Amino acid sequence: MKAGSNLEKMLSAGHFAVTGELGPPQGNNVEEVRHKAGFLKGIVESVNITDNQTAVVRMASWAACKILIDEGLEPNYQMVCRDRNRLALMADILGATALGIKNVLCLSGDHQRFGSHPESKNVYDLDSVQLLAAFKKMRDEKKFLNDKDLDGAPELFLGAASNPFADPFEFRVTRLAKKIAAGADFVQTQCIYNMDKFREFMKQTVDRGLHEKCYILAGVTPMKSVGMAKYMAKFVPGMDVPESVVKRLQGVDKKQQAAEGIKMAIEQIEEFKEMEGVAGVHVMAIEWEHRAKEIIEGAGLLPRPVVD
Amino acid sequence: MIVGDSKPLEEILSMIEGRDKVLVLGCRGCVTVCNVGGEKEVGILASALRIARKKAGLPPTVEEMTLERQCDPEYVEELADVAENYDAIVSIACGVGPQFVSERFRDVAVFPGINTTFIGGALEHGVWAERCQSCGNCLVHNFGGLCPIARCSKSLMNGPCGGSASGNCEISPEVPCVWDQIVQKMSAMGRLEELEQVWPNKNWLTARDGGPRKRVREDLKQ
Repeated sequence: MKAGSNLEKMLSAGHFAVTGELGPPQGNNVEEVRHKAGFLKGIVESVNITDNQTAVVRMASWAACKILIDEGLEPNYQMVCRDRNRLALMADILGATALGIKNVLCLSGDHQRFGSHPESKNVYDLDSVQLLAAFKKMRDEKKFLNDKDLDGAPELFLGAASNPFADPFEFRVTRLAKKIAAGADFVQTQCIYNMDKFREFMKQTVDRGLHEKCYILAGVTPMKSVGMAKYMAKFVPGMDVPESVVKRLQGVDKKQQAAEGIKMAIEQIEEFKEMEGVAGVHVMAIEWEHRAKEIIEGAGLLPRPVVD
Repeated sequence: MIVGDSKPLEEILSMIEGRDKVLVLGCRGCVTVCNVGGEKEVGILASALRIARKKAGLPPTVEEMTLERQCDPEYVEELADVAENYDAIVSIACGVGPQFVSERFRDVAVFPGINTTFIGGALEHGVWAERCQSCGNCLVHNFGGLCPIARCSKSLMNGPCGGSASGNCEISPEVPCVWDQIVQKMSAMGRLEELEQVWPNKNWLTARDGGPRKRVREDLKQ
């Protein structure tokens, strides 16, 4: 065991894992964090806590992670390289693990240009691959990046993200391999809508044996409406929403679109359960935490197994 | 001008290892002025490479060429008939040169022979210092004509910090504290009170932070 987190135990026991996601508030509203966490308790192994997602300033991820721990949930601490240099990244992971955080997801982070403070500087002292390597070194060698010894090393289950739908497609699996080589123990993918392309991505991943070196969780975000599907197709960078998805939602009554979106997510999860190389799902019900249970239950994944 | 430093010969030799025909490519722009990448330096580097490669029993074919500027497609085009004859082109222009050559000739391997260090000027013969970080929104008139963004180690707009000592920066007694100089200059001009204003956060969108920059002059475009 690297960190002995619930997520790590579940995956290493061979169970099909489920993770969730929670975005902290744009303020210090503790109740909001507790309220959202309540919907996810008991239905997922662990919950990703976003870090200034889409470059919009929010409550610090580590602090929201600590609130989740106090509420009896396990967090995945998301960390982006945009806002902190290597000193701050290493300091924060030491602080986070001291507070009981065991899973971390290493990300580059969205550029701040389209966030809440576009005029800010960005840091990118390290990139996501280098951040994984830095944390792996701190965990395995018990040393800082400068090779000096740590007075207490972090125990971490290291996570990375992968977007099978960004360009150039022929390099996506190679980039995933780099993250695994740098230290990723688990990977969560971008939300998947183009199943054909994802099947091809997984085939290449399995052909290279990457699924045996790292647990891969497929990303699922339910569509709430035709509007959301069209918006994601057009305006969200790196998102691949085929016309068939939009058409299927258009085919039902407006009031039924949300239910249809959930049904589609459940069908996807049913396929992921059987897909070679997929070790679990990452359910990102964005500002829809209260519907996550329907999806997970609908896919026959409740109650969650218990591991120790 | 853009100032550069030659890369160590060993580094260049290792970059071009296994490549038989080599062209050393100079530039008559900034790098000629700062004595690192002009025709003279092309000759010096090419000779050094020939001697070293001959000694190591490697093909000593190293040819020389210097363009008017490597940052202009018009001059890069002069390579059109010869670029593909080489297994390696070592550009000793600033970082723009290797990229313009590489973008123009897709099958040609290009290597940087110098490190581009900063935008600055010559303090005396053989000594150059940084003056500009190209933040894209010049404010030097507010600071006695001296730039705190490029020349303060912390880019403070409301300096000097507590590390300023005897006119020098806390990072090294060899580095002048630009804020000390700003205070002296504003004081000499009788404008010290202007520095009492609290400078608000800078907008870095015009700097590299806003993404790679491009400038289009409609009046000049053809």
